[in-house]
Amino acid sequence: MQTLIEIKKLNLFYTAFHALKNVSLEIPEKAITAFIGPSGCGKSTLLRTLNRMNDMIPGTRIEGTIAIGGTDIYSNEVDVETLRKKVGMVFQQPNPFPKSIYDNIAYGPRLHGIRSRQQLDEIVENSLKASVLWDEVKDHLKRSAFSLSGGQQQRLCIARALAVNPDILLMDEATSALDPISTLKIEELAQELKDRYTIVMVTHNMHQAARVSNQTVFFLNGEVVEYADTEKLFSNPSDQRTEDYISGRFG
Amino acid sequence: MSLLEEDTGRKQIAQRRRMDFILHILFVICTSIGVLALMALMVDIIMDGIMRFAPDLFTNYPSRRASQAGMKSAIVGSLYMLLIMAPLSFILGVGAAIFLEEYAKKNRLTRLIQLNISTLAGVPSIVYGILGLTLFVRGLALERSLLSGALTMTLLVLPIIIVSAQEAIRAVPKARRDASFALGATKWQTVSRSVMPSALPGVLTGVILALSRAIGETAPLVMIGGLTYVAFLPESILDSFTVMPIQIYNWISRPNEAFHELAAAGIIVLLIMLLLMNFAAILLRNKYQKNV
Ligand SMILES: Nc1ncnc2c1ncn2[C@@H]1O[C@H](COP(=O)(O)OP(=O)(O)OP(=O)(O)O)[C@@H](O)[C@H]1O
Ligand SMILES: [Mg+2]
Repeated sequence: MQTLIEIKKLNLFYTAFHALKNVSLEIPEKAITAFIGPSGCGKSTLLRTLNRMNDMIPGTRIEGTIAIGGTDIYSNEVDVETLRKKVGMVFQQPNPFPKSIYDNIAYGPRLHGIRSRQQLDEIVENSLKASVLWDEVKDHLKRSAFSLSGGQQQRLCIARALAVNPDILLMDEATSALDPISTLKIEELAQELKDRYTIVMVTHNMHQAARVSNQTVFFLNGEVVEYADTEKLFSNPSDQRTEDYISGRFG
Repeated sequence: MSLLEEDTGRKQIAQRRRMDFILHILFVICTSIGVLALMALMVDIIMDGIMRFAPDLFTNYPSRRASQAGMKSAIVGSLYMLLIMAPLSFILGVGAAIFLEEYAKKNRLTRLIQLNISTLAGVPSIVYGILGLTLFVRGLALERSLLSGALTMTLLVLPIIIVSAQEAIRAVPKARRDASFALGATKWQTVSRSVMPSALPGVLTGVILALSRAIGETAPLVMIGGLTYVAFLPESILDSFTVMPIQIYNWISRPNEAFHELAAAGIIVLLIMLLLMNFAAILLRNKYQKNV
């Protein structure tokens, strides 16, 4: 598999707090990579460095490099808007805009200058189909996004992220606020999407990581403890701490 | 587990209930005092003024003879003033609020500015009159004109609008900004397409309430020379003018009883206008609360 994201010797500080320590990772394209580890170990922090959402937190400082497709995303030539267009994000809590379903999906394309009604219609339909929401909402696209259930809202947020045509999709515990059935739907969706997108997901749920991901990274206190194929990591971990964690002995 | 506790527990609960009851009564009394005082005031004014609350009041200019006097020029003056003030104070106030909330670095200078604005919101209005007199009437040589008045009043309501708009902007959930940034929006795109639409009902409510305060203000306009006898409608923003509260003040200060009735009628007009504005603010809030 081809590497898409290459993280080298990454250190991140929140003012004085050393949140990521010497992280080096190669994340392959068109696969699902899961970040697991106990609360506060830096999973979200690392995920947010990939679309530079950390830039907005005052006092954040990073060292090391992150290259996507060979380009250093922290170099001066890269503008964050373009980066974030290419690296979409889905958050823990569904966060639709207080707008119609249609306008939620069209928000991104409109930001990037698409005006034609016909083109927008097409994008909205394709994105909703890709997130397997189309059949449920196609007859009332004008309704408020808040009229949807939590699980539907989360799929709407995925559709919204897909609408700007990203290469990478970051999901930060995207199912932790959802019921088991909605969770399953999102997991199935992720499986389907990985043929076209590179997916990096943070999850608290080890079963989820085992079920859906191809690679798994185990973090502890801001460090990568183990990075391996999911099957290998869960059946035959090479580090004692990984074994303790996945067998539920801590975290 | 037993739900029937021993006596001491019961006694304590009975005591707490009694306290509850007493406080309840106390709060009802507090509310009633306020409402009753307001009612008494309203009834008194309506009794005095209802006879003069007639078409003449709206169509006649002020006059030395009470029987012929009206407040046409004052009503029109107040409306013109609103028309100039509303867009000015909206743009300046909301612009400043957006800057302070979204763009300004949270450093000591910003905190100082913030403190100043909050303080300005409480400065007596006459002070704004003095400022307006120096700045607009004399400094910019705008004379005692409608424009001077409107600019002075804009300064007066600006801090109130800024503070309330800041609160409305701050109330927009962070998740909504994140969603926008994560899609590749610039700062301004996020502010204009995600934050402001969510904050707008709150912002507009604040603007309307601030404007309704300005409508009732007298002191700063007396200071910069709103006239008390204006027998024409202002034709340009540089004409002299009068407004409702000044006219009312003028009528009340005359010895002739008939003018007092006129003043009461004028107050009724002013109250209706304030009521309408507050009503608009409530409507606005309800309309948008549904989809926020
Ligand atoms: N904005 C911030 N400012 C300062 N410290 C922060 C900030 N965000 C996170 N941290 C700290 O950095 C560390 C890593 O946080 P992070 O949110 O990445 O953990 P996480 O692995 O995602 O945890 P969880 O599973 O609970 O979401 C934590 O110790 C946290 O307290
Ligand atoms: Mg997290």
